[in-house]
Amino acid sequence: MLTANRLGDGEVVYWRAGGWSETFSDGEVFDRELEAQAALAAAQHFAARNAVVNPYLFDVRRETDGIRPVKEREVIRALGPSVRGDLGKQARSATARQSEFGKRNSEDQPVPEGTDDDYRI
Amino acid sequence: MYRYDEFDAALVRERVEQFRFQVERRLNGELSEDQFKPLRLMNGLYLQLHAYMLRIAIPYGTLRSEQLRMLAHIARTYDKGYGHFTTRQNFQLNWPKLKDVPDILAELAKVEMHAIQTSGNCIRNVTADHFAGAAADEIEDPRSAAELIRQWSSLHPEFSFLPRKFKIAVAGSPHDRAALRFHDAAVQIVRNGAGETGYRVYVGGGMGRTPYLGYMLADFVARADLLAFLEAVLRVYNENGRRDSLYKSRIKVLAHTLGEQEMRRLVLREFAEIKQTGTLDVAEAERKRIAAYFAPPAFEPLADETPSSADPEFVVWRKTNTHRHRMPGYAIATISLKLVGGVPGDCSHAQLDALADLLDDFGLKEIRASHEQNLVLPHARQADLPAIHARLKATHLATPNAGLVTDIICCPGLDYCDLANARSIPVAQEIAERLAGRQHEIGELKIKISGCINACGHHHAGHIGVLGVDKKGIEFYQLQLGGSAAADASIGEIMGPGFGKHEIAGAVERVIDAYLRLRRDGERFLDTYRRVGMEPFKNVAYLEQLHAAH
Repeated sequence: MLTANRLGDGEVVYWRAGGWSETFSDGEVFDRELEAQAALAAAQHFAARNAVVNPYLFDVRRETDGIRPVKEREVIRALGPSVRGDLGKQARSATARQSEFGKRNSEDQPVPEGTDDDYRI
Repeated sequence: MYRYDEFDAALVRERVEQFRFQVERRLNGELSEDQFKPLRLMNGLYLQLHAYMLRIAIPYGTLRSEQLRMLAHIARTYDKGYGHFTTRQNFQLNWPKLKDVPDILAELAKVEMHAIQTSGNCIRNVTADHFAGAAADEIEDPRSAAELIRQWSSLHPEFSFLPRKFKIAVAGSPHDRAALRFHDAAVQIVRNGAGETGYRVYVGGGMGRTPYLGYMLADFVARADLLAFLEAVLRVYNENGRRDSLYKSRIKVLAHTLGEQEMRRLVLREFAEIKQTGTLDVAEAERKRIAAYFAPPAFEPLADETPSSADPEFVVWRKTNTHRHRMPGYAIATISLKLVGGVPGDCSHAQLDALADLLDDFGLKEIRASHEQNLVLPHARQADLPAIHARLKATHLATPNAGLVTDIICCPGLDYCDLANARSIPVAQEIAERLAGRQHEIGELKIKISGCINACGHHHAGHIGVLGVDKKGIEFYQLQLGGSAAADASIGEIMGPGFGKHEIAGAVERVIDAYLRLRRDGERFLDTYRRVGMEPFKNVAYLEQLHAAH
């Protein structure tokens, strides 16, 4: 897959059909190296036009419940900090959390519920 | 009380407007990322995993109530409601938008704060002992020397493009609370045989890929010569430091390649030349003018007392989190940012506001950020401690663990940092949760965790250090024992093969259990380790893997 950070706010974005999406599951998966390199070359134009910063390719694997990044770094970029379920992409909706590698939240760090106490980090 | 002078205020305002223009040019496409990156880094702005990160300097860790309120306001308005206190007395925002950063810097300038020289290959923000001006063993408040160094080093034209970054720490006590020997250069205030106050200077310390303890380059530099001597050190580094290899570019490599004798010879040669010109002599009147910025508060004539409270938790907190002050009737209080299960160093906007109110309500002029990622009330009246504790408790800031096993230094790691190889915060949380119930029995034990070899979590200096590494995309953790950043400084020794993410906390717990079995009366973990060595700990740390193998 191909990813970058958006220039204006640093948001993690994924390449899809000649544009960018904020959602990992929207991202295009390239089965062949040639396709991936062609997409990266196309994405460089977005960097040159100052839409995104630092586009790069990363490895994913197919699992029974969908596509998952090989490296933990990309799992964290796709969801948000593993220690703060209320931040990042994972915080946007319960549906999004479940659809993106649902295992992580149950295994590593539950999303805090009712965190209305501003004194607690 | 430290304040900017007029020169600083004008400089910071100009710098904000310069950066505003640079951001505009970046956003409208006039600057490429390659052109913009060095400009944003000079203003403390990084691009991390999820978003930009802004690193704000807290000079010598000192914050006033209006500065705390401004940080709270910025965290609430421009970020996600919290910030992170780092191991270099900085405050980091994890989610600012690029377009907002000039406004954030303008807001900071209103309360005499900035992000200048918190990044880049320059002399970084100078750090100081967080007990400055309050410690019972202090010779002199180190912040006036630190401020002198800051004024000299800010935008220093000769040292704006060093081979690599350069970090300086200053302490005024024989007890090292500033990790002096792990800095590129460090200044310790000392007295000579004639009773004169001067500076001991260390160089060549550092963590990262190749850790070194700094060595003493000069045992006594006269007051007037501090800047001339540091200028000489920087010149030798600037001229001879390795620019061809990122891994060999810090002064630690130069200092230890040349050796003490040659390094000293080169520095003293430069020093003699600079002295001849006389341009960097520090006039006593100027030194006193700066020292006046750090004048202590008007202490009341009080007697020492042991304050009591009906709250049993207060007694525990007073024992672990308060320290002897140089004035009778006063105490130094550590405010732990290490809530068990929380994120070390993180602080919410509501907590920052509550701390500002606390300072105002108790007549406390300042709070300090420590390199241990805690906050410190340097001048609390002993009689006020029960009420202060109650206020802290209401905001989850009264964790009684200063210096104990759950008071873990921990970098943001792979949860936030673009450089990290592994997560560090979940490891700190699991270790703290496992050991919280026994931490008072365990006693002083400093665990320090880094998510990569850059060592922002100071793992080399931990009594127990943990380093996160990446093995083919999987997080692994190396264990190190025997480090110390105190006056008995040492670099931890690597135990052996790494542990998986589900194994590391258990290994640390078994090491600590072994310590409890082995320790003699009064021995800290570090003392026991130094007496018995690695073997008894190694024998138990890998038990889980051995059982799994069979």
